[in-house]
Amino acid sequence: MTETTTAIPKPDSAARAIWAQFRSHKGAVFGLVVLGILILAVLIGPYLWHPEKLTVVEAIKSKNKGPSLKFPLGTDQLGRDMLQRMIQAGKVSLAVGFVAMLIAIVFGTLIGVLAGYYRRLDGPLMRLTDMFLALPLIPLLLVIMMLFRDRTASILGPELGAFTLIVFAIGITSWMQAARIVRGEVLALKEREYVLAARSIGSASRRIITRHILPNVVSPVMVAATLGIAEAIITESVLSFLGLGFPPDFPTWGRLLYDGLSYMQVYPERVIWPGLAISLTVLSVNYIGDGLRDALDPRIRGR
Amino acid sequence: MRDTTTAPLVQVDGLKMYFPIYSGILRRHTGDVKAVDGVSFSIQAGETLGLVGESGCGKSTVGRALLRLYEPTAGAVVIEGEDIAKLSPEALRRKRPTMQMVFQDPQASLNPRMTLADIISEPLVEHTDWNADRRLERVYELMDAVGLNRRFANRFPHEFSGGQRQRIGIARALALNPKFIVCDEPIAALDVSIQAQVVNLLEDLQEKLGLTYLFISHDLSMVRHIADRVAVMYLGRIAELSPRDALFSKPLHPYAEALLSAVNEPDPSLARRPRIILKGDVPSPARPPKGCNFSTRCPKAFARCHAEKPELQEVEPGRHVACFLYDAKPGSTGTTEAPANLRQEHNPQGEYQ
Repeated sequence: MTETTTAIPKPDSAARAIWAQFRSHKGAVFGLVVLGILILAVLIGPYLWHPEKLTVVEAIKSKNKGPSLKFPLGTDQLGRDMLQRMIQAGKVSLAVGFVAMLIAIVFGTLIGVLAGYYRRLDGPLMRLTDMFLALPLIPLLLVIMMLFRDRTASILGPELGAFTLIVFAIGITSWMQAARIVRGEVLALKEREYVLAARSIGSASRRIITRHILPNVVSPVMVAATLGIAEAIITESVLSFLGLGFPPDFPTWGRLLYDGLSYMQVYPERVIWPGLAISLTVLSVNYIGDGLRDALDPRIRGR
Repeated sequence: MRDTTTAPLVQVDGLKMYFPIYSGILRRHTGDVKAVDGVSFSIQAGETLGLVGESGCGKSTVGRALLRLYEPTAGAVVIEGEDIAKLSPEALRRKRPTMQMVFQDPQASLNPRMTLADIISEPLVEHTDWNADRRLERVYELMDAVGLNRRFANRFPHEFSGGQRQRIGIARALALNPKFIVCDEPIAALDVSIQAQVVNLLEDLQEKLGLTYLFISHDLSMVRHIADRVAVMYLGRIAELSPRDALFSKPLHPYAEALLSAVNEPDPSLARRPRIILKGDVPSPARPPKGCNFSTRCPKAFARCHAEKPELQEVEPGRHVACFLYDAKPGSTGTTEAPANLRQEHNPQGEYQ
């Protein structure tokens, strides 16, 4: 067995193998590029594109313009530059989507793993999940926003306050799917013989969860996460639409979408631009999630 | 038999493993599945005890309860003077390195997301404070010991064949220099050609490292090959516990007799022996029959079998049987001479060994 002891290859870097597999997934690379462009656009865009300030009269004159050199995406019903508003809106929408998804996934996975692994916690935690699922979410969100909006605004300022509250409210009301999926997966995984083997070695529960359970629930969590981003962006726009999200002059993609809705038959591009941005984000995140899931699974990576 | 004057390495006493049944709206405890119902045996250091029986008779449960992967309902499991069944979690953790397990399904017993090196070094991470280099050195040692190429260290389980995977499982079990290994049907999921390799590997390792095995299997020919003594289980109880050669040439318990008559004989000229076909099904372990567990299917059952449970007792030197046929107690309804005639009737294995 040891005739070539000198030539034992050093362990390959896991990160490199994952990256190699990720790159071989065309959709994932496409998604990464698109998402990268979107993120760059909203981060760098404000520095590259500052349209001149218009006076009220000029603004009224230039309202509802189509695309032109001066206004690449046209103007809205108040004469504001759509490109600038799209860039501003993107920053908020992307941030809300990612942070709310992160909260929902972390919370959902935590609840799911605890409920699946510890039989004693299963009943209470899953009933809690059922309770949250049974709550009518929009009214609940509205109540949360109404009760706490002023308080968070006074502590963190109107914009950051609204952002924190919205992200938290969305996160706290959308973890249930992830929790249920993870619980089901954990229930199956913990009966696998390698978990039994780890217990026979004497591993602590905490170690078993981090080493054997969590890496194996990555796939469903990844799917839930990618869907969660889309859902968070939409939920935020619903809140803004109902007047309880961000302040009205504070653009988000969802808000632009709803603003454009009443003019859709005359100026369809007003709905198309934010709609396209949301769709592209969701699509690219989905593909990235898909590629990441494959890349993290050694069985697929080996192919 | 080995030297029985020294204390056995493993001493199991009255081990019971009941799985509760909850039913009804209030989920009340309405009964138990008596997977293991009062099992006692001992294993000397360096010995291999084979544990055989049909599916669902509680073999694997005994193995797992022995390592306290299940919390036993009752009974004592003394390994090296410490009762495993009553150790505190921390003491149990420290005790774990002396007893390890090799699992049935090598596919399921290896985490698909860990490399071979990670899998084999997991016990080392758990129980030693070695650094990565030292652990890798030990992993290489173990891979040499079980006959795996060192180049495989960074591969994942799905890249190996069944036999190689089982070697990985064995290497993991050996990592902490255990004294006692429970082999839970380690060859059941393997090809016949690979089975022999794995069993021979287990034997070599036993010789080299002085291991003690509890070898759980339903493959009687493999048990005959590897075991020193064999326990035959039926419905959660041991029917017979005898030295291998004695058992295979002359099983005493009617169930052992029937079970051994099912062994395939490769030589056709020797194959003409009566097969004992048992009637009916195994009763549910949730409601075992009153009296002897085997009484519902036993061809030799008599009145007493349906009324009392026989205890395992030594009927010949080294041979323990739980059957009233061999009970010398007076008043056993005049069947004292029955065993002798009955034993001559069936001699499933012949004396060819």
